Amino acid sequence: MIHFDNVAKRYPTGKESLTGIDFNLEEGEMAFLTGHSGAGKSTLLRLIGLLERATRGQVWVNGRNLNRLYGRDIPYHRREVGMIFQDHRLLHDRTVFDNIALPLIIAGAGRKEIRRRVRAALDKVNLLNKEKSQPISLSGGEQQRVGIARALVSKPPVLLADEPTGNLDPYLSQEIMHLFTQFNQVGVTILIATHDIDLIRTLGQRIIHLREGQIQYDVKKATP
Amino acid sequence: MSKKPSQRRQSKPDIGVLGWLARHLQAVISALGRLLRNPFSTLMTTAVIGIAIALPSGLVLFIDNVRQVSDDWQGVLNLSLFLDPVVTDQQAAQLSERIARHPEIASVRLVTKQQAMQEFRQLSGFGQALDLLEDNPLPAVILVQPTSAHNIEQLTKRLQSRQEVELAQIDLQWLQRFDAITRIAERSVFILSGLLGIAVLLVVGNTVRLEIQNRYREIEIIKLVGGTNAFIRRPFLYEGVWYGLFGALIALGLVVTALSMLQEPVQALAGLYQSDFSLAWVNPNILMSILLGGPALGLSGAWVEVNHQLRKMDPQN
Ligand SMILES: Nc1ncnc2c1ncn2[C@@H]1O[C@H](COP(=O)(O)OP(=O)(O)O)[C@@H](O)[C@H]1O
Ligand SMILES: [Mg+2]
Repeated sequence: MIHFDNVAKRYPTGKESLTGIDFNLEEGEMAFLTGHSGAGKSTLLRLIGLLERATRGQVWVNGRNLNRLYGRDIPYHRREVGMIFQDHRLLHDRTVFDNIALPLIIAGAGRKEIRRRVRAALDKVNLLNKEKSQPISLSGGEQQRVGIARALVSKPPVLLADEPTGNLDPYLSQEIMHLFTQFNQVGVTILIATHDIDLIRTLGQRIIHLREGQIQYDVKKATP
Repeated sequence: MSKKPSQRRQSKPDIGVLGWLARHLQAVISALGRLLRNPFSTLMTTAVIGIAIALPSGLVLFIDNVRQVSDDWQGVLNLSLFLDPVVTDQQAAQLSERIARHPEIASVRLVTKQQAMQEFRQLSGFGQALDLLEDNPLPAVILVQPTSAHNIEQLTKRLQSRQEVELAQIDLQWLQRFDAITRIAERSVFILSGLLGIAVLLVVGNTVRLEIQNRYREIEIIKLVGGTNAFIRRPFLYEGVWYGLFGALIALGLVVTALSMLQEPVQALAGLYQSDFSLAWVNPNILMSILLGGPALGLSGAWVEVNHQLRKMDPQN
């Protein structure tokens, strides 16, 4: 589903954030991307979402070579990749419902379908009673769940999360990670960047560890 | 399967004509809503656009009106044919009849040598002295009114080339000078329109750029979840159209006000020239140009600016 072939990324500042990245994430697989701050986790995820382009090598997602996606193809690629961020990236002048509906509105879904699918997504993240709230009135964990609902409302085959538990206490973090493993069980391919190794050790998932822009180790199944 | 040799290209989801219309209508209305939510800054922007459109439009209208008058005056353009003094009054009468039959000539009036002498006698007061003259030295004159002022130069040349005609002279040559002046004025207004049109593009572009900066986070998020450039562009384009339309309406208001303020003194001036000229004439072509040109300029200004900003947001190597 996601394939990196000798990928390097150098920012215009000259900073080489990734060098010689090779890995493969199968359809329906789930993995954690770990490493210290500055190791290149966010950069790697940004390449998958085509927020940045690789300077060298090839990135394949869902059978498509991202090097060859331009213009109109980019938004359609992003609709297949749900993205979740530490800072949630919610629109604060819209309700929870409208935030989650955004990907569906963009895709031109009908009113009824939007209503049905937003409710289903809210149900999955346990926020059914908050649909009319403003994001700002929610707790950090709730806001993150709104972000997750928005990422999965259009049922993308790939879900990326960049430090989704960064600002949450251990209990809420566990809860969020539990949500992700649930989505993975229904077949979504998931890649989660985190520096919280303690949190994920117990989950027994594949871990790809980055250090200074290179993969230091890639353990298929961590022992709990 | 993570690797496939071929690239899959998704097509746009089919949302139907009604869905498409509904999306656009929604965008039109929400763009209007955004403009009205900031009435003061909207008024400032549209006033600038309105003035920029009103200036050349008003001048075009003014010139257009003046042209109407000068067209009226074309009708009174005359030719005077001074005949050779040896031509007798009888010959002159024959000649004037022949000229009158010509399709390019509306009417002729012959002033015979005798009539000329009489007129001169009355006007000059040299009555007695003139009696001493053996021959009448004054030429007969044929006053010619052409059907149109269009080929008046050629007509003059042709009449001049007649043997009996000593001098063919166009009256009111100043009218042609006037014509030349209005042509210069028209050209100047054309250049001015171009410059102020560019100004409108820049004003709308700048307004849209500020709007994009204000909503940068929102645009980023829309792009993040797969919004196409067309989707992001749409509300800004409609904003541009609204700015242009409001500007055009303000321009119309300004022009009409200016014309009605000029009406009274212009009529007073026209009265001095025995003309019933008034500034009431609003050329429908100019009216349509303002009403369509404003929104078109707004649309173009927004289009250029949004695309420029969106290109900067494309993923980089
Ligand atoms: N937009 C950018 N421009 C320049 N350098 C960047 C940019 N984003 C990240 N970097 C640099 O690239 C390196 C990797 O950053 P990042 O991918 O954010 O790491 P992580 O997410 O693991 O903390 C860091 O040294 C960072 O300073
Ligand atoms: Mg990061």
